Amino acid sequence: MLSYIAKRVAVAIPTLLILIVISFLLMHAAPGGPFTFEKKLSAAVLANLDAKYGLDQPVWRQMLTYVWGIIAHFDFGPSFVYKDRTVNEIIAQGFPITLYYGMIAFVIAVVVGVLLGVFAAVFQNSWLDYCAVGISIGAQVLPNFVLAPILVLVFTLWLGWLPGGGWEGGQWQYLVMPVIAMATAYMASIARITRSSMLEVLTSNHIRTARSKGLPTWKVITRHALKPSLIPVLSYLGPTFVSMITGSVVVDMYFSTGGIGKAFVDAALNRDYAVMMGVTLLVGALTIAFNLLVDVLYAWIDPKIRY
Amino acid sequence: MTLSTIDMGALATRLATLDEVKGRSPWTDARIRFSRNKAAVAGLIMLILCFAYAFFGQLIASHTYDFTDFNIMGNAAKMGQPSWSNGYYFGTDDLGRDLFARTAMGTRISLFVGVIGSVIAVVVGTLYGAIAGYVGGRTDGVMMRIVDILLAVPFMFVIILLLVMFGKSLSMLFLGIGLLSWLGMSRIVRGQTLTLKNKEFIEAARATGVPAFTIIIRHIVPNLLGIVAVYATLLVPEMILTESFISFLGLGVQEPQTSLGELISEGARTIRYGTLWQLAFPLFFFITTMFAFYFVGDGLRDALDPKDR
Repeated sequence: MLSYIAKRVAVAIPTLLILIVISFLLMHAAPGGPFTFEKKLSAAVLANLDAKYGLDQPVWRQMLTYVWGIIAHFDFGPSFVYKDRTVNEIIAQGFPITLYYGMIAFVIAVVVGVLLGVFAAVFQNSWLDYCAVGISIGAQVLPNFVLAPILVLVFTLWLGWLPGGGWEGGQWQYLVMPVIAMATAYMASIARITRSSMLEVLTSNHIRTARSKGLPTWKVITRHALKPSLIPVLSYLGPTFVSMITGSVVVDMYFSTGGIGKAFVDAALNRDYAVMMGVTLLVGALTIAFNLLVDVLYAWIDPKIRY
Repeated sequence: MTLSTIDMGALATRLATLDEVKGRSPWTDARIRFSRNKAAVAGLIMLILCFAYAFFGQLIASHTYDFTDFNIMGNAAKMGQPSWSNGYYFGTDDLGRDLFARTAMGTRISLFVGVIGSVIAVVVGTLYGAIAGYVGGRTDGVMMRIVDILLAVPFMFVIILLLVMFGKSLSMLFLGIGLLSWLGMSRIVRGQTLTLKNKEFIEAARATGVPAFTIIIRHIVPNLLGIVAVYATLLVPEMILTESFISFLGLGVQEPQTSLGELISEGARTIRYGTLWQLAFPLFFFITTMFAFYFVGDGLRDALDPKDR
């Protein structure tokens, strides 16, 4: 197990390095530097700016400096647009907000999704099952950027119950719509996966044995069926967590929640490559970390899996 | 009934004159199963209607997609409502442009992006996966490790990065989506190839000295078509979703061209001014297209997947 984790980490490091190198090269291949404005800067100013941000160095040295900064000091460098702010500060401002509502959405998506899936499977072909399947098909075509305006239309414009956007330190009124917009699609997918794997598990031999022993149904479900049927769900969770961060781009834009997504979009609009790269690398690192975590959990939940 | 009661002579003549039993090819079989699936057929019909609207909608529209009606511009909430009399069947946007024509345009571009992304995935993913699976060994290990590494890249961010750095254009969008779309497909294809490559007919081909690449193209790939078709169909809505997401952020296609994501984004922005139709019509076509593709994809899977028989 330990050697497996070590092997995975050993793969993760080159992955991250490749990501850094690719995004770094992209940044340099892009036409126009970060200081190409409508109004042309004089050559002397440009030279000074390039010197300050190290852009006058050869590309390989810039790259080494950048990579070393990340490895040694966890420093993603200065922002190219906000003169007095570093990438670290910008990420540190937005990321906790994203994490806060993202976590709530994640937990809700998992809990509700699994419950819905289990009930749908146990009461297969009942109205509950049809509702669950209907919801999960419907939510598949309602991604966050479609759901967000619909939510605002209903809850803010028609019913007037909730504010249309803002953060205000994360009061619940400001959290409801971002969380629903984020969680729905994932909840639906989790429900669908849970349902189908639960249905498969319920027909397996050890469940029949448990039933024939005379165990009550709920005990059969919780003791014997739940754990194996959650394995496919688990493998879905790693990518899900990361795509929630991607989803925060929409949520931050639409609800003005001010998370990491806003930082990324602002950076994209201002051509602030340093911030864009910082966020991309952060998300890449999180992807790798979560995939690793999921694989380890996998081995823990299913003793048949050996690495 | 005993055997002796059957008139053996009559039976013999019947057998002799009996028509040869018509064999049903797996494709006929699949077609019959597909046409029995109501949701899939409904999806197919919806899809045909969406395609028809996307390609011929502009011909029916009374205005072109980039015609600006200056009488309505800036006053869309009062004058831009959907109406039959002035030819704006779906109403107009804030600039007084005909939403019927624009939605047709948007549907066309979204379908185009979805189909192209899916085609790239099919071509690249199938070849890549088939080669990795067929060659096996160290080549397989390296090729699949590359896929693993690429899967860890946050692609949505990379596509945005590409679009920002090299300017937003349809070709850059295709490049970004193409980079992302084939990964999952190559994994599926590899898995299938691994089970195929030990079959007798492959062994026979190898024994008669057919070169490896020809085996892959002539014998492996045709046998993968069923599963590839299914996943390609299911990939289209995913690609449309990706494109719409990017367009929602305003990084998609250039004005005055448009896509469903951009129209939805515009409708979502202006919803506060009471122009509900700006959101409703693009959203309707977006949801219909997505539903249709999912239903058709699921139907194809049920029809082509031998496990489900």
